[in-house]
Amino acid sequence: MSLIELQDIRRSFTIRTKAGRLRREKREVHAVDGLSFSIDAGECVGYIGPNGAGKSTTIKMLTGILVPSSGRLRVAGVDPARERVRLARRIGVVFGQRTTLWWDLPLRDSYELARRIYRIPDARYRANLDRCIELLDLGGLLDTPVRQLSLGQRMRGDLAAALLHDPQVLYLDEPTIGLDVVSKARVREFLREVNTRQGTTVLLTTHDLVDIEQLCGRVMVIDHGRVVYDGSLDGLHAAGQSERTLVVDLAEAGPAIEVAGARVVKVEGPRQWLAFPAQQSAAPIVAAVAARYPLADLSVREPAIEDVIARMYAEVAIG
Amino acid sequence: MEIPVGLGPENGAHAPDTGQLSRDGRWDTGRLYLAIAKGAFRRYSTYRAATVAGTVTNTVFGFILAYTFLALWQARPGLGGYDTAQAVTYIWISQSLLVTVAVWGGGFQDEVQDRFRTGDIAIDLYRPVDFQGWWLATDLGRAAFHLVARGLLPTLVGALAFHLRLPTDPLVWAVFLLTVLIAVVASFGLRFLVSLTGFWLHDSEGIRAVMLVVAMFFSGMLLPIGLFPGRLGELAHVLPWAALIQIPTDILLERRTGGAVLTGIAFQLVWALVLLAAGRAAQLLATRKVVVQGG
Repeated sequence: MSLIELQDIRRSFTIRTKAGRLRREKREVHAVDGLSFSIDAGECVGYIGPNGAGKSTTIKMLTGILVPSSGRLRVAGVDPARERVRLARRIGVVFGQRTTLWWDLPLRDSYELARRIYRIPDARYRANLDRCIELLDLGGLLDTPVRQLSLGQRMRGDLAAALLHDPQVLYLDEPTIGLDVVSKARVREFLREVNTRQGTTVLLTTHDLVDIEQLCGRVMVIDHGRVVYDGSLDGLHAAGQSERTLVVDLAEAGPAIEVAGARVVKVEGPRQWLAFPAQQSAAPIVAAVAARYPLADLSVREPAIEDVIARMYAEVAIG
Repeated sequence: MEIPVGLGPENGAHAPDTGQLSRDGRWDTGRLYLAIAKGAFRRYSTYRAATVAGTVTNTVFGFILAYTFLALWQARPGLGGYDTAQAVTYIWISQSLLVTVAVWGGGFQDEVQDRFRTGDIAIDLYRPVDFQGWWLATDLGRAAFHLVARGLLPTLVGALAFHLRLPTDPLVWAVFLLTVLIAVVASFGLRFLVSLTGFWLHDSEGIRAVMLVVAMFFSGMLLPIGLFPGRLGELAHVLPWAALIQIPTDILLERRTGGAVLTGIAFQLVWALVLLAAGRAAQLLATRKVVVQGG
């Protein structure tokens, strides 16, 4: 059974803009416009889309702090907006740009508070806290006031705070924003652990596609309040018609070479760039080139997922 | 009351019977609010320099106002029924309560306002804790700290420098502390309403400024309410602000004794409950607005 289920969810906002001295114009904005998807327990799903695509609106509806205008929504068997408090005990939320920690007090105090808020049984609390301390390397930070933590440390602290009550679902909104490479790697490693070992379902919103490449088996692309892609990351390449590039160094400079199944996109002296569909094998193209031209060297470049997604956003914007 | 939901198998396996559960639930809720209040107390105690500066300010103002009152009472002995020692004591006690009861606003209000500005207010909504209860607990923790740091210390200095009329009966002190507690709750009720306007106005700064002036005047902070002439005095006596400074101070000065103590406490309680109830209603509206209209 799916843990999160959305059926034709819509959410519109009324925006009032000034039109003249006293007159105000009302305008309907559809932030989410017929969103349907379901997520099974234990999945780790990347939820991406350009700014203003409706990602935050979705997360708000999933946490119950915003009610959909229409449609059916269930999280862990609960209607979020109707049973917000009950749901809150089953979900964990981490916003990269906000904190739930007590700013002026040592990290430990925020955890003690979480223990009371979520009524975590003592044994479970200790076990969970110990695990988080170990995995997130928080041991030396527990007595440090949160305001003195670095962004990466604070983020780790927030992650632990969101997981002490064993939530079934963890929503993450840009958990690696602003972090350095090492901190990002640590956060990702932790999330992988939580997802695979604990079986916690994870819904991850991010602009950093490395997060998704490393964590998510499934990615949903949303734009203008609709899902425009839902599937594996590899499938995104096919859907986005992305291309791989074969870079060949010929023995000497010459005119653009002609090979079936690939086209030359750039020539620079003896070096030429050939593009071909990402799902196609490079071997026949390499063989064809080698058979007809004197080859000095070659390499194959994988398409950057950023490019694929950038193209996808652009296409949707035009279409 | 919210009952803990068994999430994991361990939790559901040995769920106690319903009667037990609700009692445990209430016990847990009590411990939660106590934890919040304790946290708030410690948060305020972290800022030592600010506390010292504030305490010095209260003490200096205590001196200035005490001398002003001395001069006033020299010209008009027995003004408003207070003798000179009572008038000076009034100054020191009201100075002590000024920040504790947050007559001028502040405390949790600054924080809530910040959270409106940053949007963190959304986090408060998905926490499984009652919004009003959370902030009330915070404010009580703060008030407990301020009572010691910004109340007790200046009063001790005042007692060394002036002849104060303080009660010797410990019962009077106990009743006084109770009325201070109710005063904090009533003050919270007022400030909570002001803060909630943030859901509609985005910024409650303007209303806070107005409330500051009203509160300073009608709480008895500027002058004892008894000194206000005619209708204004009658009005001041029934407004909620009288519950903040005037009633606790009059009880400590033993100007309210016997039945008047009880009616004073009853007056405070009624206002505290009315304000809390109004706050609760406003909170429902605000939550609906955010959840339904999208803040």
